[in-house]
Amino acid sequence: MMRIERTIKYEGDRVRGFAKEIMGVPGCEQLQSCIQCGTCSGTCPLSIYMDFSPRQVMALVRADFKNEVLRSHTVWLCASCYACTVECPRQIRITDIMYALKQRAIKEGIYPRRFPIPVLAKEFFEMVRRNGRITETLLVARLFLKTNWFAALGSWRQGLGLMRTGRLGVWPERIQRRAELAAMLSAAESGNGKPKETP
Amino acid sequence: MKYSYFPGCSLKGLGRAYEESLLPVMERLGVELVELDDWNCCGATAYMSVDEAMACVLAARNLAIAEKTGPHDLITPCAACYLVLNKTKHNIADYPEINATVQRALSNAHLSYSGKVPVRHPLDVLVNDIGLDVIKEKVVRPLKGLKVAPYYGCQVVRPYATFDDAWNPTTMDRLLATLGAEVVHFPLKTKCCGGSLTGTVPEAGLRLAYILLKEAVRRGADVMATVCPLCHFNLDAYHDQISRRWGPARIATVYITQLMGLAFGIPAEQLGLKRNMVPMKPLAAAATTV
Repeated sequence: MMRIERTIKYEGDRVRGFAKEIMGVPGCEQLQSCIQCGTCSGTCPLSIYMDFSPRQVMALVRADFKNEVLRSHTVWLCASCYACTVECPRQIRITDIMYALKQRAIKEGIYPRRFPIPVLAKEFFEMVRRNGRITETLLVARLFLKTNWFAALGSWRQGLGLMRTGRLGVWPERIQRRAELAAMLSAAESGNGKPKETP
Repeated sequence: MKYSYFPGCSLKGLGRAYEESLLPVMERLGVELVELDDWNCCGATAYMSVDEAMACVLAARNLAIAEKTGPHDLITPCAACYLVLNKTKHNIADYPEINATVQRALSNAHLSYSGKVPVRHPLDVLVNDIGLDVIKEKVVRPLKGLKVAPYYGCQVVRPYATFDDAWNPTTMDRLLATLGAEVVHFPLKTKCCGGSLTGTVPEAGLRLAYILLKEAVRRGADVMATVCPLCHFNLDAYHDQISRRWGPARIATVYITQLMGLAFGIPAEQLGLKRNMVPMKPLAAAATTV
């Protein structure tokens, strides 16, 4: 059965001001000069898995289609290989725009709940905030618990191999001056590089 | 020669063979590495995904500690650390608002940052500071007949590196040739290995790793050489799952520093080579096939 769906967006779906906000994030200024050439989509090794190609994401952001962009899988599939950023003829730092969109999606809680990528980012963030360092195996264990513990069963051979080769750290890595780090991070918590406003 | 040294979490964890081989190799070359005191995680791609300002502050603590350590350049072997620390330097220099946040955060910890310590990758230091002629003098056991596919990955060469080309880097190729290895022409040398997607979205991530392995096998390589702990993990630790999905593409992946160590005559057991899930064939066997 052929399913007929609207494929273009309407004026009413726009969230006015979204493009301006994203272009205000450090590194994202050049977005306005995008010529929609598609070089980013062509160089991206993951675009074949994306719901919107990187070129489409650039167009959607610039046209204020906030909800479409923040709900898309595209931003989470970006592996940060920077191929598009290096290749863009308009010097748009596409990878940085993807980061700005990830930050925004996490901040607003708009992302697929059990999708492992944002969960990994958040677990990583919390582990570093607590310990100052990452213990990779503990991080992966937490990721499995929060998303799909069943998948851990499929990785038992890999776990055994890592144990056999002495690469599996189970003792949490920590820095000494954790209070110092906490004080630094709390000073930055006002968010996104903007100085804290004094009341 | 003296450098400050930022190992990063992976070199103490899954990628410890990288550090185990880097340290003796640098010692042979007369390079002193001073590990930063109480360094913290660089933040990798995760912090950038959650909060830009905190990502910069986190990385800047390491840069500030490096300045306190001494005037030497900072060596970061992990590709993600190398990118994040350089990106933070650029962000602090280019955006006054980020600089203000970072300086305020650092002053909370009685640290300061002025931007004077360059962040360098070992490949850059080996080829441009130490020099291939000096390295050649240390080679006592040339890797004759060993066919190596040089794999650079993404973040060492993009977008901040100034020491090599973003698409067709050659420093590792030249280094391998200096060690006496046969460098396999490997056009995928800067294609993404899948990054953290190998764990989070295996359909897509493992496919990228598989393509690299398959191509290295197809081109007749004996071994792949890497300069990044995540690339190494993706190319070494997933053979089981990859071959279940798409068929075998079995080839060993080792760090460039492990190959250097072998060529310098350092025993294999002191170079972390036993930590590979897919072990590299002993060198003698490879050498006698010539």
